[in-house]
Amino acid sequence: MPEKKTPHPEAGGIIASAATTLALFEDSSVNMSVDLAGVVLKNPVVAASGTFGFGREYGQFFDLSELGGICCKGLTLHAREGNPAPRIAETPMGILNSVGLQNPGVDAFIKHELPFLRQYDVKVIANISGNTPEEYGEMCEKLSAAGVDMIEVNISCPNVKAGGLTYGTRPKLAAEVTEMAKSHASVPVMVKLSPNVTDIIEIAKAVADAGADALSLINTLRGMRIDVNTHRPILKMNTGGLSGPAVLPVAVRMVWEVASAVKLPILGMGGVSKGEDAAQLMLAGASAVAVGTALFANPYAPLKVRDALASITAKQGLDSVSQLTGGVKPW
Amino acid sequence: MPVQQICTVVSMEQLDADTWWMVLEVGKLVFKHGLRGGQFLHVKCGDDQLLRRPISVARTQWDEPEDTAALIFEVRGEGTRWLSQRKIGDKLDVLGPLGNGFDVLDGGRYLLVGGGIGVPPLIEYGESPRWSQVAVLGFRTKDKAFPSIVSRFQENCERTYLCTDDGTLGRHGFVDGQMREVLEKDNDFTAILACGPKPMLKNVANVAAEFGIPCQVSMEERMGCGVGACLVCATAMKDGAMKHVCKNGPVFHAEEVDWDA
Repeated sequence: MPEKKTPHPEAGGIIASAATTLALFEDSSVNMSVDLAGVVLKNPVVAASGTFGFGREYGQFFDLSELGGICCKGLTLHAREGNPAPRIAETPMGILNSVGLQNPGVDAFIKHELPFLRQYDVKVIANISGNTPEEYGEMCEKLSAAGVDMIEVNISCPNVKAGGLTYGTRPKLAAEVTEMAKSHASVPVMVKLSPNVTDIIEIAKAVADAGADALSLINTLRGMRIDVNTHRPILKMNTGGLSGPAVLPVAVRMVWEVASAVKLPILGMGGVSKGEDAAQLMLAGASAVAVGTALFANPYAPLKVRDALASITAKQGLDSVSQLTGGVKPW
Repeated sequence: MPVQQICTVVSMEQLDADTWWMVLEVGKLVFKHGLRGGQFLHVKCGDDQLLRRPISVARTQWDEPEDTAALIFEVRGEGTRWLSQRKIGDKLDVLGPLGNGFDVLDGGRYLLVGGGIGVPPLIEYGESPRWSQVAVLGFRTKDKAFPSIVSRFQENCERTYLCTDDGTLGRHGFVDGQMREVLEKDNDFTAILACGPKPMLKNVANVAAEFGIPCQVSMEERMGCGVGACLVCATAMKDGAMKHVCKNGPVFHAEEVDWDA
């Protein structure tokens, strides 16, 4: 063993820097609150569904009240065990996953998870997937009664056979699910769109016409990785959903297209790991942004994004972060 | 409770072409956060790797000014290659303690069964004076039975049996054969603690069940967040449930695992 040294200034450095940036953020005069279909988020950064569980794990690293909102792990009417492993593969600047909506079911969420989340001053957005439009309706009713702040209707999960992506790629079915959700929900309904379509505007319009209060995009892009030695796909389900920095430009483009075509607030997501990424999505038209995959490298990523977004806003001489929304000046 | 810790590499020993013994200064992860062998650290391996790499902890030590933890790992891809190129004094961003480790009682008597790179997570259990132990260690070939690892068992365990797949050292064959031979003469064990590839663990679990001895197995699966949020490192249980290696494991009771999944 080499001789012992005094503790490094860097020891615990990242935690310390999170605290430092927090102080900066609080000093800043920028108004960070945003409005997402009537739901006021104290800042525009939301944890992305499927990467954050029900908050308990990352709640060990930071106070969940620091976030604008939490999109919970996707719920189904009944518990699901999900797909066989391997469920993850690393790809260039991205990851593929095929979890397959493993979750305890909507009733268990309401009973065991929601009370935990309610201890925090953070907007709780329940994410739901159904096999039929009726299931979406039933879940909306239960979750509204239980007091979630918003419902994110997932019509775009690439990893399940029934429902999921099928609803998200056909305008008529997407509209039907949206109508059913709206008619059973007493809280705002946000519909999560799939990027795995030829024309996302067509789906966005159908969902908007059916009464959605907001849109979230993008879900993951379908992808595949093969082990060249064994000739086997890494994922047991062969294909999965791509997320991470690799998808950011696709997300920015799609948010821009949808924002230009539909007058609904947008929760933008896809590969956000820095403040600049979040600012791009907001300039493209998003009112708020979700951070997901970046958490796996850095549990503090959402706070880092929030603080950097505040400083970008301040540097540009804006009073409020919401002034970034839709600010892109296309050529 | 896991924390993010910036660690310093304090020693780096190459055991063979692709195996490394790395010692980290880990702040107060051992004293304050209870880090112990058989748990893992989730290590950020440079900026090019999006995902952290879960590395099992071989042994831990309280120390001043910082505790230390030993990680013994094989280079399996870009992330672990990056890790193997670290030098003394380099900093590493880790999350930990993560995972559960083996469930052991003071005064117990344990049969430790390790295979290949599954041997290092048993070192701390093999060294502890708080219980007694017999070890059965299996390797592909003699060159993989690193003396610096094997000697730690030989110095502390009542008996240490070695086996190799190719017969170049110790008994020719797999650990479950050696384990059966041990148990036929002496089956007074509190539990069997096993770590290694899944096919080996399955065989160990079968022999343990045959002799009616509780068995704990440390499992591996491709991991994402490492903290229990993303649900990718699923491993199937007999009752049909999926548990997660990072949060519910890596150590499971052998009888709850679905070995045919």
